[in-house]
Amino acid sequence: MTVTRSADPGRPRVEGPLKLTGAARYAADHRPDSVLHAVLVGAPVAAGRLRGLDAAAARILPGVTAVLTAADLPSFPELPPPAAVRVMPFSDDRILFEGQPVAIVLGESIEAAEAGRAAVVVDCEREAPVLLGHGRREPAMGDEVVFARGDVDAALADAVLADGGIRIEQTYLQAPRHHHAMETSGTVARWDGDRLTLWDAVQASSTVIPVVSAAFGVDAADVHVVARHTGGGFGAKGYIWPHEILAAAAARVIGRPVKLHLRRSDQFSNVGYQPWMEQTIRLAAGADGVLTGLEHEVVNNTALADTHVEPATEASKSLYAVPALRLRQLIERVSLNVPTPMRAPVEGPGLWALESAMNELADAAGLDPLDVRLANFAEVSPADGRPWSVNGLREAYEEGARRYGWRTRHQRPRRDGPWVIGHGMATCTMGSFRFPGAGRVRLRRDGAVVEANVHDIGTGVQTVLSQIAAEELGIPPERVETRWGDTDLPRTGPTYGSSTTMGTGSAVAAAARDVTKQLAELGQGGRDPFEALDRAGLDELVGEGTFALPGGAQFNQDGAGTPYAIRTWGVIFVEVGVDPDFGLLRLRRAVGVYSAGRIVNPVTARAQMTGGIIWGWGKATMEESDQDPVHGRWLAKNLSNVAVPVNADIPADLDVSFTDEYDEAASLIGARGVGELGATGVDAAVAAAVHDAVGVRVRDLPILPWKVLAG
Amino acid sequence: MRDFAYARAGTAESAVGTLGDAGTSVIAGGTELLNWFRLGIAAADRVVDIGGLDELRGIDRDGDDLRIGALATLNEIGEHPLVTEMAGALASACLQAASAQVRNRATIGGNVLQRTRCPYFRAEEPLPWPCNKRDPGSGCTSLAGRHERQAIFGWTPDCVAVQPSDPAVALAALDARAEVLGPAGPRTIPMREFHLTQREAAVLGEPMRENRLGPDELITGYRLPASTDGQAYIKVRERASYEYALVSAAAAVRLAGARAAGAREQGAAGAREQGAAGAREQRIAAARVALGSVAQRPWRLAGAEAELPGTPLTREALTPVIERAMADAVPLPQNGFKVTMARNAAVRALLAAGGAS
Amino acid sequence: MTLDFARRVEVALRLNGRDLTTVVSPRTTLLDWLRDDIGLTGAKKGCNEGACGTCTVLVDGHRMNGCLTLVVQCAGRAVTTVEGLAGADGELHPVQRAFASCDAFQCGYCTPGQLLSAVACIAEGHATDDASVREWMSGNICRCSAYPQITAAVLAAAHGQGQR
Repeated sequence: MTVTRSADPGRPRVEGPLKLTGAARYAADHRPDSVLHAVLVGAPVAAGRLRGLDAAAARILPGVTAVLTAADLPSFPELPPPAAVRVMPFSDDRILFEGQPVAIVLGESIEAAEAGRAAVVVDCEREAPVLLGHGRREPAMGDEVVFARGDVDAALADAVLADGGIRIEQTYLQAPRHHHAMETSGTVARWDGDRLTLWDAVQASSTVIPVVSAAFGVDAADVHVVARHTGGGFGAKGYIWPHEILAAAAARVIGRPVKLHLRRSDQFSNVGYQPWMEQTIRLAAGADGVLTGLEHEVVNNTALADTHVEPATEASKSLYAVPALRLRQLIERVSLNVPTPMRAPVEGPGLWALESAMNELADAAGLDPLDVRLANFAEVSPADGRPWSVNGLREAYEEGARRYGWRTRHQRPRRDGPWVIGHGMATCTMGSFRFPGAGRVRLRRDGAVVEANVHDIGTGVQTVLSQIAAEELGIPPERVETRWGDTDLPRTGPTYGSSTTMGTGSAVAAAARDVTKQLAELGQGGRDPFEALDRAGLDELVGEGTFALPGGAQFNQDGAGTPYAIRTWGVIFVEVGVDPDFGLLRLRRAVGVYSAGRIVNPVTARAQMTGGIIWGWGKATMEESDQDPVHGRWLAKNLSNVAVPVNADIPADLDVSFTDEYDEAASLIGARGVGELGATGVDAAVAAAVHDAVGVRVRDLPILPWKVLAG
Repeated sequence: MRDFAYARAGTAESAVGTLGDAGTSVIAGGTELLNWFRLGIAAADRVVDIGGLDELRGIDRDGDDLRIGALATLNEIGEHPLVTEMAGALASACLQAASAQVRNRATIGGNVLQRTRCPYFRAEEPLPWPCNKRDPGSGCTSLAGRHERQAIFGWTPDCVAVQPSDPAVALAALDARAEVLGPAGPRTIPMREFHLTQREAAVLGEPMRENRLGPDELITGYRLPASTDGQAYIKVRERASYEYALVSAAAAVRLAGARAAGAREQGAAGAREQGAAGAREQRIAAARVALGSVAQRPWRLAGAEAELPGTPLTREALTPVIERAMADAVPLPQNGFKVTMARNAAVRALLAAGGAS
Repeated sequence: MTLDFARRVEVALRLNGRDLTTVVSPRTTLLDWLRDDIGLTGAKKGCNEGACGTCTVLVDGHRMNGCLTLVVQCAGRAVTTVEGLAGADGELHPVQRAFASCDAFQCGYCTPGQLLSAVACIAEGHATDDASVREWMSGNICRCSAYPQITAAVLAAAHGQGQR
């Protein structure tokens, strides 16, 4: 297995011209005739009860059409998943988090609606909010211990007694952080009789329909969702959120289309975030760094009512070979809105703890962190002993080390002006999430059209699908058009979980193979497809394809129920500059090498990996959404008090590459998923680099300057 | 934001004439004012646009002074040859503020009037918690809550906020004066006293007052001595750009041996030509240094300035001087690090201004 | 001399090369006016406080946040949006071409702002090298984090236009 940089960059993004000319329309760019602008009024307390609401001053403002309260809105049933919030706001007078919607202002202009919001007086009875770290903790799912094998306690005890044995016991924290997609969530709703059209900023419009039809008691066939361009998802737009239902409800009540594009401030409480997490790792290893026992406990916050679990212990279950293992998952209920998955959930947070502990193990053992990883490499899945479908991690480790110059890192200069240079590394991994897929390929005289309801959140998936169809049919990719982002198209899996290329890509391949098969049945096999169509006297031939999971399941994790365990891996090496006078960190270079199956489009895949590394840098060094410790609400609900990386933070020297693979078990096209893998491991690598530079160990993300100065 | 009536001022006097009315605001660039309106920090029934007053533009040499009109934008100032040559700390401070887009609108007159970034202050109306600036007498939630980024000088239990303007720190360090026009005519305010700490405001009997500009006065420009001193502005922030300072420092340094006339080469550029090693043997003849984001005004380290003449331009020599000058810092429970960080920023700014690396 | 205050103001300006006159409420921002009144939705609303740059437009060739600019402040000015970058025949602006060839976008939401910011950055003379571009383009946040590609595109476009 070799590591290659493909000579063929793959097709340029097919939607480029639309995005470069401003013609791409995102949800809030749609303006049906007579549309009204909606702005939510949020509860001003983090806990308590709504006593009353005075909208009189708002209603008389010019341009304010209406102020809707609970009395004006229909009552909603408890919503089915994937609704993130099961009991809609407005259902009762309980306030469970600050910003919980209590009224909707409708205005002829956005200015009027915003002015109306400020004029609504909300009267709440205030209760003491439950703060992060002070909530009720409970098992996340069933028992607190979610997995166990071997005798972890014995392994831990033995390590202390054994000669040179090492025991690491540490707690790692991460602050809550919001996704901060540049496009806030938003929905435009228009009713035509009982038929509803939504223009929605989503990652899985197919899943919007059952939730919306349940909410309103309308036929699923009467709900149409258009979502051609989504301005960043990262998981925030994966599940279904109340504002989507509320937009439709307001439109129905007022009898006009409604645009509810969340203001940035409203995004904080009306859509989820990655939770606050406290993770404790206890591990035991021999002097050779080989793990003998590992315990991983995860606590994440959730809301008082709704439950989000961050199964970060999966990282410890599925990455390293360790004979004794115990995993615990707990949740803590606090007075905040419910969290949601964020780009690289599960292993993302899990590796922050696990890989940090592995780096501390290496330091304690006097071993190179890379050698500790190699010593614990799992030849088969540690979770259940199945062989891997394809695992290029060892090659990735070696290639990454070579590209980075890892073995000679301390022979290079340790200072650059005020910057003290440190190096860190970590393993990257993501489990494989797969969903059923569906796709259609229409072969025509002049080209082909791929149809699938995938979403354009920036991954390049629609380009990848066109390449897959082109390759299967044996025609140039430029002759293939993709149609996406509309529930009238074949309903396929969601555009999250790094699953789309595997699921919908496979379905499109199957659809193209169906076309080829039909041509053969018409006696036109073995020809150029356009010629074959012509000879068959047809203008169009339609192939349908699906990708089914074992047992017809709706979700498959890590190849469960198949002979092979399916996962992706990588390694990340970072060079970080630390300014000891100020505690500032700067990324100087990074090398990532990834094992993720066949790479269909190297350019879009590269963008996913560099984007992931930068995502991880932001998490490691600056991102946090704080809960004010007095009132329990988000301290700052804007982008001026909350930091995400800017261009100046990111060096040009981000070297990413892939091992050359073809994974037959994961999908019909040899691919696995890449969208999130690059965001894992970065935080642990950065923390290790800081320690390498200035001897300061930070176990509480983000690594802000005062934490470095505190030493 | 609430609706308002709008007029364009034809002269500075006519604009000043409207300021007596509490419901009237002046707009120049608007990069702060519009957010105040959106958040409910300010509200106006009438807005007077002074953006067209060409008389308030202009960056010129006027005798020994550099004169900068209030409507000069941060980008214009930051890249103007007169400013980069004679007020390098101000140029640098301007260019490290905000983003290029904001700097194309933000004026130097408006910039010093920007208000604190304290997240409790910047909450959208209806005000969700006590904030004495927004609701006098209600209290200060930052003190009880999160205050890492707040003051280490001059705060009171009623307010712990800092003044975030970068240019203000440079203007204070460079002995600039604000030229101000009011109904009674023009006057000047030294920039090192323009802003008030909470303690100073309390002494005046107006605990929530933030600066000495009268409610019916307009900044028309600034004057500062054209200088051949080496200058620097150091801004410490966790991301590399487009963010407010945790702490900052502006410094102007004249090295010993620099002649008054033709001494231009003894500024930072000249010192660099001697090489960093050569510069390290240099001693300071005179220095000015001010800290930013440590108080509700730029914090001139007058004590250090008195002690610095004769001090070698080295970290080892400068640090204790700055430390002594900051001995009266009163950090809050969560921001003790700011004392160290600000000290190091001042040292770094002095070294950079003197041409040392 | 007393000032004449109005609650509706007539503003004459040039938009993407065409003169027009509009009557607006003073509080109307350039961003909301472009998107809702004129129907040019290329400029995006990301934060409405000047902290993200997705609303970047050019006013007399200078890049500004549309959310921090009132229409009434644009009287007599020439406004350029992303829709005005390509030629009348649809030929892409060199900066648009460079963004395409350098794969300098992903979800595309920040792209209109990045493009106009890049045009101005080059015209300002700030696209001299990697560090300069990174600093002077930092007013446009990209959460998909296409920063290395964006920087490469700005440098490529600047190079093509003879700068450097």
